[in-house]
Amino acid sequence: MNEPTATTQQPSATSQAPTADKIWQLLEEVSDPEVPVLSILDLGIVRAVLVEGERVTVTITPTYSGCPAMGAIATDIRLRLLAEGYTQLTITNQISPAWTTDWMSQAGRDKLEAYGIAPPIDGTATGHVLNLFGKDTAVRCPLCKSANTHLVSQFGSTACKALYQCDDCREPFDYFKCHA
Amino acid sequence: MSATQPEPAVAAAPTANPLFPFVLQLADTSLILAHRLSEWCGHGPVLEQDLALANIALDLLGEARSYYQYAAELEGRGRTEDDLAYLRSAVEYRNPLLVEQPNGDFAYTIVRQFLFDNFHYQLLKGLKDGPDTQLAAIAEKSLKEAAYHLKWSSEWMIRLGDGTPESRQRLDKAIATLWRFSGELTTPTAAETNLQELGLVPDYAALLPAMQAHTAHVLAEATVPVPEGVFAQQGGKSGRHSEHLGYLLTELQYMQRTYPGLTW
Repeated sequence: MNEPTATTQQPSATSQAPTADKIWQLLEEVSDPEVPVLSILDLGIVRAVLVEGERVTVTITPTYSGCPAMGAIATDIRLRLLAEGYTQLTITNQISPAWTTDWMSQAGRDKLEAYGIAPPIDGTATGHVLNLFGKDTAVRCPLCKSANTHLVSQFGSTACKALYQCDDCREPFDYFKCHA
Repeated sequence: MSATQPEPAVAAAPTANPLFPFVLQLADTSLILAHRLSEWCGHGPVLEQDLALANIALDLLGEARSYYQYAAELEGRGRTEDDLAYLRSAVEYRNPLLVEQPNGDFAYTIVRQFLFDNFHYQLLKGLKDGPDTQLAAIAEKSLKEAAYHLKWSSEWMIRLGDGTPESRQRLDKAIATLWRFSGELTTPTAAETNLQELGLVPDYAALLPAMQAHTAHVLAEATVPVPEGVFAQQGGKSGRHSEHLGYLLTELQYMQRTYPGLTW
């Protein structure tokens, strides 16, 4: 990592040579197209940022194998960095280690709940497939905050969410599944 | 095409990497089942289950893409994931017969899914700890999703079996029709046996106890007897398919066959 530090001292075509800090800062402005309240950093899908001279490599990891948002996210990252004058960009996909909701930031979880999606509760992943019809840990209703809720379906409007309904305020809502 | 014909002359191109045909087989299997499940989109019995079917289809499609990309890399002949999925004929496909079977009614789809999920989940557990790092990475990723699939199809087996007289009758019929396709999943082809001896692929015999235990548990809850001594219909993994695959591929490959090289 000595070389990149040395090259950042040289004048560059852009107004400002890229630094890892600056890139991370810009990535905070790229949102998840399916849950726009979350930045891709909140979601925990950016695994690495590597700056070598003018070249910027961003490594992202998919949430679910078939997540259709990955292509859009890679494009959004590219556009955001291009807008800052960074042109030597590589966006790579890395599937291992597999993404987990443990990587979602606390800020992200708070934003999700305020947006009306119950955030993932750690340690409740469906690891025990033999526990059929097993009760999940009570998911708190993002609207009335009641814990008196029930699972409607493990599969929701996107791969990362389950459908729940609140038994107090009766509101149906999405739960961002724990995926560990 | 009859499933008893000899192995067709048109086989996958020979390749130096022994893992290539196996990864391609995994890719074909996930793609074909994903396509079948996607046929339910907009036709599910209730909205929530329509969403579930589409979600599972999407997971399997994503898994298939990972395998196809890796297969293309292993083959090293410049073919892409799209070439492998869209430009191979039915006899070149290596999916087991089970996953190409038509959707039938909801009970058919559930039995087909349960038989596949029960194998898929154990297979991924084995592949996750295997020596090939890329295959292990795909398996680790897909295993988390496959756990949800197995839970879903297992619960539906129980609901239908221990449900109403009609749901039970439909489930019984689906089991009677589809169970014979389950044996192929765990019966290794010569190529698979070779890879198992090299330690690259889990020994299917070692997966069976966990699969059988889960089947026994689920069918007991469903109040349905476990079928015994069922003939294992085979052929798909060697390219000998039922007539259903050709129709499926006609639809799946239509766009690339009609407008070669078309991109978004």
